[in-house]
Amino acid sequence: MVDLILSIYEIPIINILVKIIAILVPLLLTVAYFTYFERKIIGYMQVRIGPNRVGPRGWLQPIADAMKLMFKEIIFPSGANKILFTIAPTLTIATALAAWAVIPFGAEMVLADLNVALLYILAMTSVGVYGVILAGWSSNSKYAIMSTLRTAAQVVSYEIAMGFALVGVVMAARSLNIGDIVAGQSGSIWGWYMWPLLPLFVIYFISGVAETNRAPFDVAEGESEIVAGFHVEYSGILFAIFFLAEYANMILISIMAALLFMGGWLSPFQGVEFLGLGSSFLAGSSIVWLLSKTAIFMFLFLWFRATFPRYRYDQIMRLGWKVFIPITIVWIYVIGIMYYAELAPWFIKG
Amino acid sequence: MSEIQNYILNFGPQHPAAHGVLRLILELDGEVVQRADPHIGLLHRGTEKLAESRIYNQTVGYMDRLDYVSMMCNEHAYCLTIEKLLDIEVPERAQYIRVMFDEITRLLNHLMWLGTHGLDVGAMTMFLYCFREREDLLDAYEAVSGARMHASYYRPGGVYRDLPDSMPQYEASQWHSQAEVDEQNKNRQGSLLDFLKDFTDRFEGYVDEYETLLTDNRIWKQRLVDIGCVTADEAKDLGFTGPMLRASGVPWDIRKMEPYAAYDKVDFDIPVGTNGDCYDRYVVRVEEMRQSNRIIIQCIDWLQNNPGPVMHEDHKVTMPDRMDMKQDMEGLIHHFKHFTEGYGVPEGEAYCSVEQPKGEFGTYIVSDGANKPYRLKIRASGFVNMSALNFLTEGHMLADVVTVIGTLDIVFGEVDR
Repeated sequence: MVDLILSIYEIPIINILVKIIAILVPLLLTVAYFTYFERKIIGYMQVRIGPNRVGPRGWLQPIADAMKLMFKEIIFPSGANKILFTIAPTLTIATALAAWAVIPFGAEMVLADLNVALLYILAMTSVGVYGVILAGWSSNSKYAIMSTLRTAAQVVSYEIAMGFALVGVVMAARSLNIGDIVAGQSGSIWGWYMWPLLPLFVIYFISGVAETNRAPFDVAEGESEIVAGFHVEYSGILFAIFFLAEYANMILISIMAALLFMGGWLSPFQGVEFLGLGSSFLAGSSIVWLLSKTAIFMFLFLWFRATFPRYRYDQIMRLGWKVFIPITIVWIYVIGIMYYAELAPWFIKG
Repeated sequence: MSEIQNYILNFGPQHPAAHGVLRLILELDGEVVQRADPHIGLLHRGTEKLAESRIYNQTVGYMDRLDYVSMMCNEHAYCLTIEKLLDIEVPERAQYIRVMFDEITRLLNHLMWLGTHGLDVGAMTMFLYCFREREDLLDAYEAVSGARMHASYYRPGGVYRDLPDSMPQYEASQWHSQAEVDEQNKNRQGSLLDFLKDFTDRFEGYVDEYETLLTDNRIWKQRLVDIGCVTADEAKDLGFTGPMLRASGVPWDIRKMEPYAAYDKVDFDIPVGTNGDCYDRYVVRVEEMRQSNRIIIQCIDWLQNNPGPVMHEDHKVTMPDRMDMKQDMEGLIHHFKHFTEGYGVPEGEAYCSVEQPKGEFGTYIVSDGANKPYRLKIRASGFVNMSALNFLTEGHMLADVVTVIGTLDIVFGEVDR
């Protein structure tokens, strides 16, 4: 029996499908419970309790929300292009999930060990914008089209800043493969790229917040201005899909920040002499480290949302083009200098 | 070449930032507003007309429902006008109570404004922080009048009754244990004045908390500074009053210029702005909250040491004591007349205004000597402030319209009346 299962698993398609499921199911569960923690954490920050009715301490709230959205009627606005209206969320979720194919969860734990993984992720997140544009355009709503214009401009300009930030990482790691990038940061906590690339690290994360249209850059769905933006006309499962994609993208940005700048699955205790921590089990690489680093960034998303007012659309563009892009370009030159100076421990030629 | 038309956007009445039932027709060039055309009247209830068929005291309740976040201030203006026509003096204690509750109302209004303004600009947390403080003040309303919003506590000739000696207590339930409830009841052991005293001690700290979140926040400043600028002359031309006018640098405050009630006996400053932009209006209102707190503290001190009547003694026009009604023939007659026919007001006309949190709120009454007003005209500051919307938003972006609506502090109960 075991042999049979193993031999089925050996079939390439089955093998890949199992791996995809092993990534997607935990991912979708994380998205569901990310919404729960968002409501809870922001709730506690705002002196209130958050969801606590469905299930013990409200744990079943995301399930209840998902059920509700699934059974709601999908309303097509009059004059909407039904085909594009349905394609839009599909496109958004497809790219948001496809990007996860190249994310490694450990030194060997990766679905597609691509050599150009970083490019692939940038490409996928860029294609996701089309979903938003189609959604806004096909809804036949003035608020939606306005949000579409905002989103397109915002995502495209922050993609540039983000791309430049990633160029820095690529220069330091001399590879586009995420596994190699993480491996390049090993040694100790000082080997992580967040130290030599600190400005790029900060800009990467802020651009990530902007690219996922989260507060304080949520002008695309700024509820007090254009109500809900591009998905104002969506209901039921189609809305849920947009929601899912947005949160999957937030988690993607977080895990990328952890992988590219904070040493991924490497332990922060690696190489620490103090109390012999460096030789204890704490120093071992583990997916736990990766996930806890990711959780820090996910928490930051929520913290930002509870704290900051919203930028105005033109101010976001100004920040992107006039502040972030120049800083990243300058820092790329600084990296070049560090590279030729062979600054230890990051730029030693292997 | 094809003809390029402006983008017409219907903003409201069902819109999260429309503050009730404002309907704006925005003419946009891209994101830039060319023209903002406010449509009002969706909350029109005909208060002025209703007042003509009701005896004077019955209209006090309608005043609460005009600007429903500065309830007692509206009542105050109405009562002052009737008192002027009747030519009666309000006992000093009632004057202090009125000042204290006017300032509590100002805090209620400004907290509501700060919360919703924050929410409009995207600072969601402000809203809940402000509502935490409002809760205590609404409890004070409830303790004194029985209602949390529509108090009808002021009466021509004074206030309905003296301040209560005890506060209502929370009770333990299935959801709240005795220990939790004891903690909640800690500051409710004494009288209403003790409860308010405790609140005023804490409130400065709360305002500091809001300022930490907003005043020096770069995003908040980028969103507010130089948005909707009004110079002092323009502000006067537009008929602004209240914080809208003071933020432009005109130190005009009816509490100082024409003191009513006990405002000449309390010590407070009037904050003024310099640029007249949204940020100045924010700073002015936050400082007003601190000043209101100062006034409340002074009123509490005075009220704790000076007992006395809170209603004018002439029961031809004011409600008699309930004990008198039970035991005294004249009291019974007064009571019967008061609650059936009401009282006649001498022929004439009068206008009285108060510094309501939003600006000058006045009532103008024409009396033909009957027990009902011949005509009641309400001067609402919100209506005047909102008329300037087009002026304030022209050339700004869509997101700034939301900021400006927030800064105008409009409440539609008052605008539409």
